[in-house]
Amino acid sequence: MSNYDNAAGSQSCNRLTDLANDPRYQRLVRRRGRFSWLLSAVMLAIYFGYVLLIAFRRDILARPIAEGVTTLGIPVGIAVILSGIALTGIYVVRMNRTFDPEMRALLREYGA
Amino acid sequence: MRAFPATRLALAFTFCLVPAVALADALTGQTEQQPTNWPAIAMFALFVGGTLWITRWAARRVTSASDFYTAGGGISGFQNGLAIAGDYMSAASFLGISAQIFATGYDGLIYSTGFLVGWPIILFLLAERLRNLGRYTFADVVSFRFAQTPVRMFAAASTLAVVTFYLIAQMVGAGQLIKLLFGLDYAYAVVIVGVLMTCYVLFGGMIATTWVQIIKAVLLLGCASFMALAVLASFGFSPEAMFARAVEVKSDLAVAEGASPADAAASGLSIMAPGGFIDDPISAISFGLALMFGTAGLPHILMRFFTVPDAQEARKSVLWATGWIGYFYILTFVIGFGAITMVATDPSFLAPDGTLRGGSNMAAIHLSSAIGGDFFLGFVSAVAFATILAVVAGLTLSGASAVSHDIYASVLKHGQADPETELKVSRRTVPVLAALAIVLGIAFERQNVAYMVSLAFSIAASGNFPVLLMSVLWKGCTTKGVVAGGTLGVVTALVLTILSPAIWVSVIGNAEAIFPYSSPALFSMTIAFATIWLVSRADRSGRAAVDRAGYPAQRVQAETGIGAARASRH
Repeated sequence: MSNYDNAAGSQSCNRLTDLANDPRYQRLVRRRGRFSWLLSAVMLAIYFGYVLLIAFRRDILARPIAEGVTTLGIPVGIAVILSGIALTGIYVVRMNRTFDPEMRALLREYGA
Repeated sequence: MRAFPATRLALAFTFCLVPAVALADALTGQTEQQPTNWPAIAMFALFVGGTLWITRWAARRVTSASDFYTAGGGISGFQNGLAIAGDYMSAASFLGISAQIFATGYDGLIYSTGFLVGWPIILFLLAERLRNLGRYTFADVVSFRFAQTPVRMFAAASTLAVVTFYLIAQMVGAGQLIKLLFGLDYAYAVVIVGVLMTCYVLFGGMIATTWVQIIKAVLLLGCASFMALAVLASFGFSPEAMFARAVEVKSDLAVAEGASPADAAASGLSIMAPGGFIDDPISAISFGLALMFGTAGLPHILMRFFTVPDAQEARKSVLWATGWIGYFYILTFVIGFGAITMVATDPSFLAPDGTLRGGSNMAAIHLSSAIGGDFFLGFVSAVAFATILAVVAGLTLSGASAVSHDIYASVLKHGQADPETELKVSRRTVPVLAALAIVLGIAFERQNVAYMVSLAFSIAASGNFPVLLMSVLWKGCTTKGVVAGGTLGVVTALVLTILSPAIWVSVIGNAEAIFPYSSPALFSMTIAFATIWLVSRADRSGRAAVDRAGYPAQRVQAETGIGAARASRH
């Protein structure tokens, strides 16, 4: 890429190849990737579950939750929104606490 | 619209995101010009003065191309989160969703959830990799290991298409909204928006564009919080009491229209559950896909990930954005129900025929008047206008970057452009885009532009998103695959949208749509992904070998950030 100013010398190129071939690095990237895809699958399942519930079983959402007029649909809808925020939070915490320090330690070893 | 639930869904979808479409009435019919609203104009003048002052401050800091495109990468995660939320919380989410809730109750919440859930997906799969691979535009990321010219040309064309459709919708919406809120003439309103946005972008670049967006986001969140709080306070902070009163109001309205007591009670209770607009599961899923993945392909949203210093801040910014957006949607839910209880019962807000004065999307605006009188009404109107300004500024900057960085610097100059000339090209593009936006805004005044935003979203979901995801995550992806798949996805989205009820029936006036679903995304995204896969697999060219060989290095940079573009200042 000509418009990137990271024209790396051959020495650091070798280091990056070594890093990419390090089984610990590969394991870390795989674990991190699995975690991302898992959270994505959970989010998709929650959202499309909600959409399909609306499409096919609207009556469930129309049930009152107590004596009053508030229906089950209201806490469920708000829960879908909150679950999005919660999953985002879980991702950030896990990345910051677990994956980032591991990656930093590895990168330090390779002098990057 | 009732006859086409799918169209209604698409319309609602569009006006949730764009002020343009904020006003369904404004778009389908002509809005009546309101008497000149002086408090609103004073508040708006204050906002414009403040943001122009910021632009002057920012202008002194914009010295390089990097400052212009990405604020030098010096925006913090928190600030960027607010700016992203600002891009998302348009006047339309505010007016459109609260109006939807005012009209049909629960259904408004369904849109809100669709808009929100795209964000976690962007974070999990793309945000950090975008930051690690890209510098100014999403085309940087897509073309990382591919042949520059074809990929950049595709990305620039699709960016300009998305930006143009979105800008038209915004400009028309702005004109109608301003006519409605301030009593200004449509053409003046469109020109004012065009000129102000040129000032922000031309002089202040991304620094000013981001700060205008942040200020607007804070103002809008403040207004909405105050309104929701005032509504809840009037019901002793009991949502059940608020819902019960809203049901009662809707039942009384049904009785007044001559419904039997049983029907009236059912009609009242109907606002507490999903209504009839997702009748067709294919439309529902297709539409859900466009909502979720369209966001992940919008160039003006993607460019925000390049304004933060590193992947960690990119991550943080999505957490903040998701939090603010979710909070905002919960507020609009309360505001919509509050409007049922306070606005629908007050004859001073109603036209003689019982509809809302000024059009159906005025529910939140009338509620602000019910809560805080003329002064607060003026404030909320000014914030609604500020919202449009901030969004069009971001769109224009994104279009200008595509022209200068992707077409001029990467294709014409083969990546050897002098950064100063590149910056000059970018700045010259801004007034051209603004003039185009003004002309198109005026040309489309009397057109129904509700489909424009869903078109922009469909193109983003079917072109940019598949191309981005596959190039970043799939080793076997090649230049030919990306260009063929992206182009076919965009063309399919375009053609199917034209054949769908939103254009074929509502605009062209045919009796029946050839493509019956509200969104093409399910089909066009499938075609895009399948084409990228098939063409890449079949690609035996020399370039394909280079493309595949480039993957390991790209992967390391995407995962670790080694070699990523750094912030130019801290």
